Amino acid sequence: MPKDTGIGASPKRREDVRFLTGKGRYTDDINVAGQAHVVFLRSDVAHGTINGIDTAAAEAMEGVVGVFTAMDFDGVGGIPCGWQITDREGNPMQEPKHPILAEGKVRHVGDPIAAVVAESVSIARDACEAIEVDITSLPAVMDMKKAVQADAPKVHDDLTSNLCYDWGFVEDNRQAVDDAIKSAAHVTTLELVNNRLIANPMEPRVAVGDYARHDDSSTLYTTSQNPHVIRLLMGAFVLGIPEHKLRVVAPDVGGGFGTKIFHYAEEAFCTFAAKQLERPVKWTASRSEAFMSDAHGRDHVTKIELALDADNNFTAVRTETYANMGAYLSTFAPSVPTWLHGTLMAGNYKTPLVYVNVKAVFTNTVPVDAYRGAGRPEATFQLERVVDKAARELGIDPVELRRQNFIREFPYQTPVAVEYDTGDYDATMDKLLEMIDRDGFEARRKESESRGKLRGLGINCYIEACGIAPSKLVGQLGARAGLYESATVRVNATGGLVVMTGSHSHGQGHETSFPQVIADMIGINEDQIEIVHGDTANAPMGMGTYGSRSLAVGGSAMFRATEKIIAKAKKIAAHIMEASDEDIELKDGKFTVAGTDKELAWGDVTLAAYVPHNYPLEDLEPGLEETAFYDPNNFTYPAGAYACEVEVDPETGFVEVLSFAAADDFGNVVNPMIVEGQVHGGLAQGIGQALFENCAYDEDGQLLSASYMDYTMPRAKDLPMFQVDHSCATPCTHNPLGVKGCGEAGAIGSPPSIVNGVLDALASGGHDVGHIDMPLTPAKVWAAMQGTGGTGDGTAHARSVGGPAKNV
Amino acid sequence: MTKVTMTVNGKTRTAEAEGRTLLAEWLREGVRLTGTHIGCDTSQCGACVVHVNGEAVKACSVLAQEIDGAEVTTVEGMANADGSLGVIQQAFQDYHGLQCGFCTPGMVMSTAALLKDNPQPTEAEVRHYLEGNICRCTGYHNIVKAVMAASGQQVAPVAAE
Amino acid sequence: MYNFELVKPTTLQDAVAALKDDDAQALGGGQTLLPTMKARLAMSDKFVALSGVAEIRGICTDDDGRICIGGGTTHADVAKGATDYPALASTAARIGDPAVRNRGTIGGSLANNDPSACYPAAALASNATICTPDREIAADAYFQGMFETALEEGEIITEVKFPVPQKAAYEKFIQPASRFPLVAVFVAKFSDGVRVAVTGASSDGVFRWSEAEAALSDNFSAEAILGLSAPSSDGMISDLHGDATYRAHLVKVMTARAVKAAI
Ligand SMILES: Cc1cc2nc3c(=O)[nH]c(=O)nc-3n(C[C@H](O)[C@H](O)[C@H](O)COP(=O)(O)OP(=O)(O)OC[C@H]3O[C@@H](n4cnc5c(N)ncnc54)[C@H](O)[C@@H]3O)c2cc1C
Ligand code: FES
Ligand code: FES
Repeated sequence: MPKDTGIGASPKRREDVRFLTGKGRYTDDINVAGQAHVVFLRSDVAHGTINGIDTAAAEAMEGVVGVFTAMDFDGVGGIPCGWQITDREGNPMQEPKHPILAEGKVRHVGDPIAAVVAESVSIARDACEAIEVDITSLPAVMDMKKAVQADAPKVHDDLTSNLCYDWGFVEDNRQAVDDAIKSAAHVTTLELVNNRLIANPMEPRVAVGDYARHDDSSTLYTTSQNPHVIRLLMGAFVLGIPEHKLRVVAPDVGGGFGTKIFHYAEEAFCTFAAKQLERPVKWTASRSEAFMSDAHGRDHVTKIELALDADNNFTAVRTETYANMGAYLSTFAPSVPTWLHGTLMAGNYKTPLVYVNVKAVFTNTVPVDAYRGAGRPEATFQLERVVDKAARELGIDPVELRRQNFIREFPYQTPVAVEYDTGDYDATMDKLLEMIDRDGFEARRKESESRGKLRGLGINCYIEACGIAPSKLVGQLGARAGLYESATVRVNATGGLVVMTGSHSHGQGHETSFPQVIADMIGINEDQIEIVHGDTANAPMGMGTYGSRSLAVGGSAMFRATEKIIAKAKKIAAHIMEASDEDIELKDGKFTVAGTDKELAWGDVTLAAYVPHNYPLEDLEPGLEETAFYDPNNFTYPAGAYACEVEVDPETGFVEVLSFAAADDFGNVVNPMIVEGQVHGGLAQGIGQALFENCAYDEDGQLLSASYMDYTMPRAKDLPMFQVDHSCATPCTHNPLGVKGCGEAGAIGSPPSIVNGVLDALASGGHDVGHIDMPLTPAKVWAAMQGTGGTGDGTAHARSVGGPAKNV
Repeated sequence: MTKVTMTVNGKTRTAEAEGRTLLAEWLREGVRLTGTHIGCDTSQCGACVVHVNGEAVKACSVLAQEIDGAEVTTVEGMANADGSLGVIQQAFQDYHGLQCGFCTPGMVMSTAALLKDNPQPTEAEVRHYLEGNICRCTGYHNIVKAVMAASGQQVAPVAAE
Repeated sequence: MYNFELVKPTTLQDAVAALKDDDAQALGGGQTLLPTMKARLAMSDKFVALSGVAEIRGICTDDDGRICIGGGTTHADVAKGATDYPALASTAARIGDPAVRNRGTIGGSLANNDPSACYPAAALASNATICTPDREIAADAYFQGMFETALEEGEIITEVKFPVPQKAAYEKFIQPASRFPLVAVFVAKFSDGVRVAVTGASSDGVFRWSEAEAALSDNFSAEAILGLSAPSSDGMISDLHGDATYRAHLVKVMTARAVKAAI
């Protein structure tokens, strides 16, 4: 029997009512009386020296309130980076300044040069066109491998090169890995590109800055996944506003997927300009602007080698990755290809030796940072592709090869720093095989062939690290912030309660799922519990939502705060019922005294807390409100096995995804409906990466996929119904809810399935193609079948960024 | 500026519009109905779909002045008279057909248009019809289910038990 | 968008008069024009909305049996109403998405002549006649290269007359982002020969594939196409979604499929 309330139930989402009736309050729905509008003049060249900016004509236009250039930001800080990587030599990474408006140089198409604040968007836009910018174009730095050569033009003249850092992990293992690869019975090598993507939440970014003269305080409404982080970064590092004079509100947010984590120049601009002009300033990105100003994701070029012994045991993995940082370091950019990627290179396997080398490179492109999965999809893709390639080379079953190398004992200390607390990779694989009727595949393949189509089956595993993150550990790894989460539980006199969480929902449904946890703990109705988030004015300092951390970290903070509430409430109940604290039990919203028939309702105790007449005032403060900060002591490790069946049209190269199955281990599940929805969305993005999505630049740094006309967003018609399962649960051992997180798994685990599946289909048609770089567009698949595309020898094109699909 | 009057969700509403004012802007800024969203500038995402004289259109791609006098229905007009969720809205909630809610107004309005023409669509027809509505959150799985359910067809329950 | 004046004539005469202004431009369904104007890539002081001109909307059959479609008829209306020419109706039904089809018009599509648009292929393969208030233009003379047509400044498409072939089909291979054709082929078999029009492939816009026409006029079968080599990739479009070689290849594949599908 499915439950209908509490943990494990799937109540309908309460937030849906406002979204379905048009009553959501997204940032662009907020208009502050007297607001002016800002439009940014953005660079249309990728790299150039600014010789001069003439704003006179723009300033003279009617309706223009103010025109800003870098000169107006003297004394204002740059946009900070939140993570510092230490390179193989022990030196800190190179960290360029990231000004709010371009200083001296433009470094990517879309780099803001000037900003016009005006009475309306149209006037501001007209005035932008009246600004004359004298730019001398410089050669664009686009190809990462060329960018690190000695004679390459530099993105930042004050840095020694375009290399942000050269990171080795674990450096001490390097020699041993090299030796193991030399002495291996078999080595499978694969070079591949993890294609650059754009997160594309459907709500474009918006910022509204407001300034109150009477108390010298600033407010920023912004489309953010983590308002407190924005307050800290912008207040302390950019504008020098103390946190108590700065309020950041992230109301309803229309999707984030990582790209709304970061602190952006536009946020700082609106807050700054509102104070300068003493007028609210609003910025709403157009989609075109989003394409060239939202941080992009992925963009790795990797060589991976997998060594096996004569019995097909994995003995070593060595990888070398070029990771694109773009023109500036976005908030978490340096951590993505390192700590979120290198630490996962053991995958689900007991490979004893792993060495990961990452070269992070500056190019004249939009900054690259975390996008759903962040580092883990890149790790999973290369590992699961190379394992599949090894199976093909060795002529063994890809599932058996994986199984043979599975980790089976937990906790398991990987050779890449992290310790997996729990897992059962056989269970999810067994479940997957049950879901997909693998035995029936040959018959289905025959059926496809009878229609002239090639059918393929792709299977892979994944593991990821979620519940980000233990503050002490990430501090050692270079994070400049803690990654705990907070919650304040405020119980009202009449028994209802409000949770102010530092987590943020931008589609994840916290308002529904968080109350399920508390309802179970106290035994009251979910509708007595209200979740409040997204406003630094009322929630305690929190780190926000990303890295599948809301429930694992934010939920745990709420759990701890609620434990404190219950402990105090029990003391009050004990006093009233004249019993000792230890004898009080709380169940179904009632306090009872063990071994007696005394009972007291939840509401009587909460009332007593605020009307403390019969109350132990000597020992206990009145009121019932508690705050907890939860700092996890490990990551969580969701894992699973995914499979898909695809059909390739050999005449056109068109790939149709016929089915997709995901067997995940998320530990305990609070709301299965929401969890499934998260997986569906992740799968769509992973399939999107594998088949459709490509953020491509040309050699001059022009963005080719600059709108939905060229950047392929998956549509309903492009996807099948998904089969998802999360019944193989090994609860997390170190957080109180036993949860692992489910927000990113789909996007992490699915790309290799698709590519493995397409290559399997091609192989069945006699096309021995070693690899095709994502996205597997019809043109690329067809070219691979003609022997002109693809990379039969496993050598990736050296290009760092897509570029026109060439059949070379 | 010209005064433009339309019947929006059954009520007469008047607001100013320039020649270039789009219906989506007129609705959001002119008459402060912010349920209609703007997700792109190339007429592709469908977050802005509303009905004009009974037909689904992209409100970002219609000029307000051009349809002066029209009957317009937006997502704000889809609830039952008593304020409870309409059939389509209810199905979206029941089957978790939304996450962040940004595409949702357009999805609901496109669904309403589909079911008017085709009261019992197949899954393939639903997917085909929604070609102009992009959702980044749901992977469409539960949207398709919600649409089927709204049309009175049997669909699998919301979460695997 | 830059601002402009919008005029809304209700008769063809008034529309023609309004378009006499130097800087006036016709507004059809706006499904191409408005996104272009948002990008500030198009601009006029005055737009003349054709949606109120009832005379140029609707579908009928003329004495020669041609399907005549008013220039202001929406894609949705053609999809529903061109029942006597199913391949044409089906072409219209596959343009964009439902909301776009409720606004976009055949006149706007043909006037725009996007190198990847659907209607130009249908019109060229059907040997349609494009009518304006003062003249009739044969399709072969009308399409003059990417975004180029025989229309004069301010000239309105009032009607498009489609001879109905014995057999016809439109095969569209989509560009997955825009959902326009990457390559699409319209094949129309008339008693006196076969016409094959290709869109999406050439940087000169829609064109007739004469080798295929010759082969099909002899033998109307997919095999006749499979016997040909793909058209030359010279002048074919190369972009993110496919290079010239691939497009040339698709022309052949889509032509063969259209022949198979033709009814
Ligand atoms: C999301 C989306 C998907 C699309 N997919 C496709 C597709 O798959 N295939 C396809 O072919 N098209 C597609 N289109 C384009 C669509 O078909 C447009 O409707 C069409 O190209 C233009 O028609 P319109 O009536 O909207 O013209 P408008 O945008 O109003 O005008 C286009 C041009 O034609 C002129 N014009 C308009 N009407 C006339 C007239 N009667 N006489 C003379 N000149 C006129 C205008 O001045 C302008 O120069 C798509 C559009 C969108 C937004
Ligand atoms: S906002 Fe109208 S289609 Fe995107
Ligand atoms: S629910 Fe977020 S875009 Fe659809």
